[in-house]
Amino acid sequence: MKGLITIRIAMRALVRNKGRSLLTALGIIIGIAAVIAVVAVGQGASVNMRSQISSMGNNLLLIFPGSQNSGGFRGGSGTQQNLTEEDGEAILQECLSVTAMTPLLRTGAQCIYRENDWATSIQGVNIQFPDVRSWDVTSGAFFSESDIRSAARVCLLGKTVADQLFQGEEPVGKTIRIRNMPFRVLGVMAPKGTAAWGQDQDDTIIAPWVTVSRVLQRSRFNNVNQLMFSLDSMDSLPQVKEEISGILRQRHRLNSGADDDFTIMDMTEVTQMITQVSKLMTMLLTVIASISLIVGGIGIMNIMLVAVTERTREIGLRLALGARRRDIMMQFLVEAVVLSGAGGLIGIGLGIGSANILATANHWPVMISPVAVLLAITFSAGVGIFFGFYPAWRAARLNPIESLRRE
Amino acid sequence: MLITLRNVNKVYHMESVDVPALQNVSSDIAAGEFVAIMGHSGSGKSTLLNLLGCLDKPDSGSYQLDGEEVSRLGSDALARIRNRKIGFVFQNFNLLPRTTAQENVELPLYYGAPMRGVERRERSKTLLTRLGLQDRMQHHPGQLSGGQQQRVAIARALVNQPPLILADEPTGNLDSRSADDIMALFQELNREGITIVMVTHEPDIAKYAKRVIQMRDGAIV
Repeated sequence: MKGLITIRIAMRALVRNKGRSLLTALGIIIGIAAVIAVVAVGQGASVNMRSQISSMGNNLLLIFPGSQNSGGFRGGSGTQQNLTEEDGEAILQECLSVTAMTPLLRTGAQCIYRENDWATSIQGVNIQFPDVRSWDVTSGAFFSESDIRSAARVCLLGKTVADQLFQGEEPVGKTIRIRNMPFRVLGVMAPKGTAAWGQDQDDTIIAPWVTVSRVLQRSRFNNVNQLMFSLDSMDSLPQVKEEISGILRQRHRLNSGADDDFTIMDMTEVTQMITQVSKLMTMLLTVIASISLIVGGIGIMNIMLVAVTERTREIGLRLALGARRRDIMMQFLVEAVVLSGAGGLIGIGLGIGSANILATANHWPVMISPVAVLLAITFSAGVGIFFGFYPAWRAARLNPIESLRRE
Repeated sequence: MLITLRNVNKVYHMESVDVPALQNVSSDIAAGEFVAIMGHSGSGKSTLLNLLGCLDKPDSGSYQLDGEEVSRLGSDALARIRNRKIGFVFQNFNLLPRTTAQENVELPLYYGAPMRGVERRERSKTLLTRLGLQDRMQHHPGQLSGGQQQRVAIARALVNQPPLILADEPTGNLDSRSADDIMALFQELNREGITIVMVTHEPDIAKYAKRVIQMRDGAIV
């Protein structure tokens, strides 16, 4: 018997029992739909997180001051105040892979514009900050080198701060008060959104680092909380880290045996963490998918066993009319596979549909993974073969005489 | 000879008791015969029909069908013989429910040599037309009378043009008028050269046959 005819016979048998066929396939349909939808949402979230990480800046490298060791106690990262703006300048000069650098000083303050006030973080940076963070100014202009040198009381507002303080009024050119000192607003930064770790990146004020240091922190030194670098590529990251480490150790006059008094961090660690989380999620999904497919498969096996019992006479008849045992076997196996395969296809459609509904309803980014779709088809067909085998074998083993006699 | 049986024995094993169903049965049926096998229930007539239909194998003895020794063939070879050489007609018709008359007739063609759909439909249509069912071809068995259903079943038995038709109480579920119609049809087919072997317990029906084989206790008397 030709394969096409077998499929046709199986299809006919399934169509004869439309309602039951649908109910039987329902387990597979729901399982596959759930997996496709959840994978789509998960993948979307993962891609979203990655894009947020890259929104941190181009090929970003961060350096923090190291821990302070005194009298046997070791403080945490950043406890030492030994990282200076000059360190950053030196690295920018000496390390060819570094394309841009900004120091970062962080402080917090209450800001006031007329009757509105808002507590936010203030970041002191230099003019390369927009490059390093790939963060543009939407209205107005960034401050200049001379603003830094003169410790000018100027600033740029993050979108959230602009909204909170000005409530729709145009902020550029206005003066706000930070710790009761007047600062002129030069511009507003482009909205950056929520960071991967949940912080609102737009809830901040950007000011010249010298202003933050001298005016707000009343410091006489050039210490910074952080140095941020842009690299031309991430390919030579280990060498670049090595190089920067060498420069800093030399500048800080560390002996060869001493610990680094700084910490170099790059985004690969965060990316790795996200990769790991998404790997875990994929594994979890695989387990859920397997369970739902097994449950669906058992449903199919159950119904196929019922079908074999119900259609014993038909099987006996087919044997009498010249069907070989393997023809009967194939018929029931193909029925099971068509059932589960069709269930899989419907499930994929349903999954894609519900993923899109989720996407529009919740503004979640979703991504339909072609791999998941392919796997879903393969596995649902596989489930049909696996769980259809026993009923089909039972059918093929029937005795034609007894089967024909069955009422 | 179309059928040659020599010393055929068949024993059924039922819960540690052996029930002899056929004992040293020998018989010849020539091509073109119309034979009725009669006997009480338990006389072995159904067992004999199953053996003739290659649905069962004898424990010992020889069965030659159309010149071929079939008693030792494997199940695939027997399936092929059932498909090509034998047409079955059952008491309860055994038509597939929710399947049209035409599709029921075409069923054996799926298990024979590959055949194009057009040809399959042509063959089934010709046969159904010949049996007076041309306007019932798309009906399901449930929409047909008993006599019509049995005629569909006969069309199915004929579709592979076998030399032998085996009928097991073909009129058992029919009223007497339909039964007479079916028997007339059998006689007509027999005149065209098809060998018919029919099991029945009704003497009225056996009358239509040219020869009657009486069975008792697993033996031909």
